[in-house]
Amino acid sequence: MSDKAANDAKTWFTPFNVISGTIIIIGIVITILRFTRGLGAVTNLSDNNPWGIWIGFDLLVGVALAAGGYVTSAAVYIFGMKKYHSAVRPAVLTGFLGYALVVVALNYDVGIPWRLPYPFIYQGTTSFLFEVAACVALYLTVLFLEFMPAPLEWLGLKKVRELAVKLTMVLTVLGVIISTLHQSSLGAIFLIAPSKLHPLWYSPYLPTFFFISSIIAGLSMVIFESTLSHHYFADKMDEVHIKENEGVTLGFGKAASLVLAGYFMIKIIGIAGGNNWNLLGTSYGLWFLVELLGFVALPSFLYAVGVRNKDLTLIKWTAVWTVLGVVINRLNVSLIAFNWQLPSSQRYFPSWMEIAISVFVVTVGIVVFRFIVTRMPVFYEHPDYKDKH
Amino acid sequence: METIFYTYQDFYTHTKGVSYLLMIAALIGIALFWNFLTGKDDEKKKKP
Amino acid sequence: MSISRRKFLGWIGAAGIGSTVGKSALASGNKHFEGYPGSFGVLHDISRCVGCRSCEAACNKVNDLPVPDKAFTDISVLDEKRRTTSKAYTVVNRYDVAGKKEPVFRKNQCNHCLEPACASVCFVRAFKKTPTGAVTYDPNVCVGCRYCMIACPFEIPAYEYNKALEPRVMKCTMCYPRISKGQLPGCVEACPVEALTFGKREDLLMIARERIRKYPDRYINHIYGETEMGGTNWLYISGVAFSDIGMREDLGVTPAPELTSGALAAVPVVAGLWPVLLMGIYAISKRKESISQQEIEDAVRAVSDKADSELAQALAKARKEQEAAVRKEVRKALEEAARSRDKEDI
Repeated sequence: MSDKAANDAKTWFTPFNVISGTIIIIGIVITILRFTRGLGAVTNLSDNNPWGIWIGFDLLVGVALAAGGYVTSAAVYIFGMKKYHSAVRPAVLTGFLGYALVVVALNYDVGIPWRLPYPFIYQGTTSFLFEVAACVALYLTVLFLEFMPAPLEWLGLKKVRELAVKLTMVLTVLGVIISTLHQSSLGAIFLIAPSKLHPLWYSPYLPTFFFISSIIAGLSMVIFESTLSHHYFADKMDEVHIKENEGVTLGFGKAASLVLAGYFMIKIIGIAGGNNWNLLGTSYGLWFLVELLGFVALPSFLYAVGVRNKDLTLIKWTAVWTVLGVVINRLNVSLIAFNWQLPSSQRYFPSWMEIAISVFVVTVGIVVFRFIVTRMPVFYEHPDYKDKH
Repeated sequence: METIFYTYQDFYTHTKGVSYLLMIAALIGIALFWNFLTGKDDEKKKKP
Repeated sequence: MSISRRKFLGWIGAAGIGSTVGKSALASGNKHFEGYPGSFGVLHDISRCVGCRSCEAACNKVNDLPVPDKAFTDISVLDEKRRTTSKAYTVVNRYDVAGKKEPVFRKNQCNHCLEPACASVCFVRAFKKTPTGAVTYDPNVCVGCRYCMIACPFEIPAYEYNKALEPRVMKCTMCYPRISKGQLPGCVEACPVEALTFGKREDLLMIARERIRKYPDRYINHIYGETEMGGTNWLYISGVAFSDIGMREDLGVTPAPELTSGALAAVPVVAGLWPVLLMGIYAISKRKESISQQEIEDAVRAVSDKADSELAQALAKARKEQEAAVRKEVRKALEEAARSRDKEDI
């Protein structure tokens, strides 16, 4: 083997590439199994448990964690907070990839994926799932257009890029409206099953809970993603991006602290509305308190301490913890507190193949993210378009 | 809650009462929390 | 112009009829929904059921379902509690109830709700509540999202998870094709002890009430399905408490669509008000920006004006001093000249 070929082989086989490559290969194999042998061959889904982690995690968590896009765009373009501008493109990219991967995951989960466009033809408008489908489709388009300036700058298409930038304001407003609707709708889909969702999690306020926690998830994900990006992609960042990062961390941490406090209040009011105080003493009640105190009240306080003391490290770790809390909440509503009354022999736990596909989908997302940020002006301003935002 | 409610009206009266109290507590709480959150800046400004 | 009397009367008549027709067309419609009048249902008298499973066998035959692992004559399957599956639209379960010498048997299947949760949540309208009372399913539009299975409070729909191509949701159809032709559902026809009665829902309710009235020791005074989830077309009367035979009594009487209609109503309000709210915030933040921009400009101008005026004052002062100095020099020179002239004169 020549020296160049040997070097190439060395640069291709980085630890990240090897691990992600393995995951992707396993994912492809399971994909083939899923589509040749049906859901039953690959999942632990049953008639009592029709939804598993492909819905509970890939769809519900995926959509919640992609909320950074609309939150950041709104902060910069609607609330006029220009000092967060450098965070917009990475957040919109994370959002776009998040939603795109949700669609990918849906193709695995529904029984007849080639009929996924059918809701737009047959329009079961009494269903919140119709609302989710319409909004996700619309929002993917909005995010795609919002992100367009970056690849257009990369390709040097000046005129088209100018047109794309002019749409920013309209797209941002549309994005907030559509996001409000589908984030809350994902909570609303559980309104139909009061007999199956534990009363501490079931509430007529489910849509509101999901919407508010999506803001929290979005703010925290931007902090989390920028922390990782500044570690792994620092060489791709321009001065503005690096300088603004502290402001983003502090500002978003402050906002997250406040929204978490508000969320905490309305969750308590939710218990009051159902008069479910006595349930807090049960084992599910204890788990509910872990979620409420450990993953809502605690991060609200930690964020506040971090902001007060300008402790960036504390804020960054709190962001990780908060994201975990949103994951736990979505899994609680869809899988853990759902069907709580069934005997444990009939409860659901994902198969390793279901988990592998979820990991595969996330890995694909990270690989595509890396491809894009290492080539397109996401972490820096393209020299030809400086200040033209 | 040991009390049984025989009508929806009674149930609602009870829960709404609790909710109003919680709302007041929440408003006071959020004001105090806001103070805590933005505390360090103001404290710094007050220092000579 | 002159109109004939006939024509005139014709017009008045038409106007009269028109006003009544017009009135109903403009009427706001009913707000109380009672279901299709004359729709059919089935009354299951649980106290009569002997657990023979003839209904299961008939259903299997009539709907061309696959042959089960254990024959329908095998009553050992009753040792376990079963639910409906992708191969069985209906199952009979055996319950050993405290205080009863004999076991109690109950048939389970889709209850054909008046306001079905499955139809409410289906985003492609695969489920339909038909005027016959049967809730039907169209496998040709189904995407396989399985939301119907999440929604059904009775845990009825099952899924063909083991099919790779076009898996379907499977549930009892109340033999819609048969009842549309005036036939009985397969299970009702097969039952040897008349535990199943087919008829109009309103008639079945009267029959059930009459049976309970006549034999109060034999029946619990409740018709299950009369109000549960807003009412179902499959009704049950029983000699033992319904919760003892696997029937949930905590479902409430709210019809499924009403559980989500409130939140759904908020959707267009968000679409209508959010643009106003967001554009308002944008306008305010833009205005704040332009005000602070204006204030900066004013401050800069004030400072520069002050600097200009100070400069002008300093210049004026310098000029005055210069003029004074010049005048002083001129006076000195003149005095010098005068003194030297005086010297010359002497």
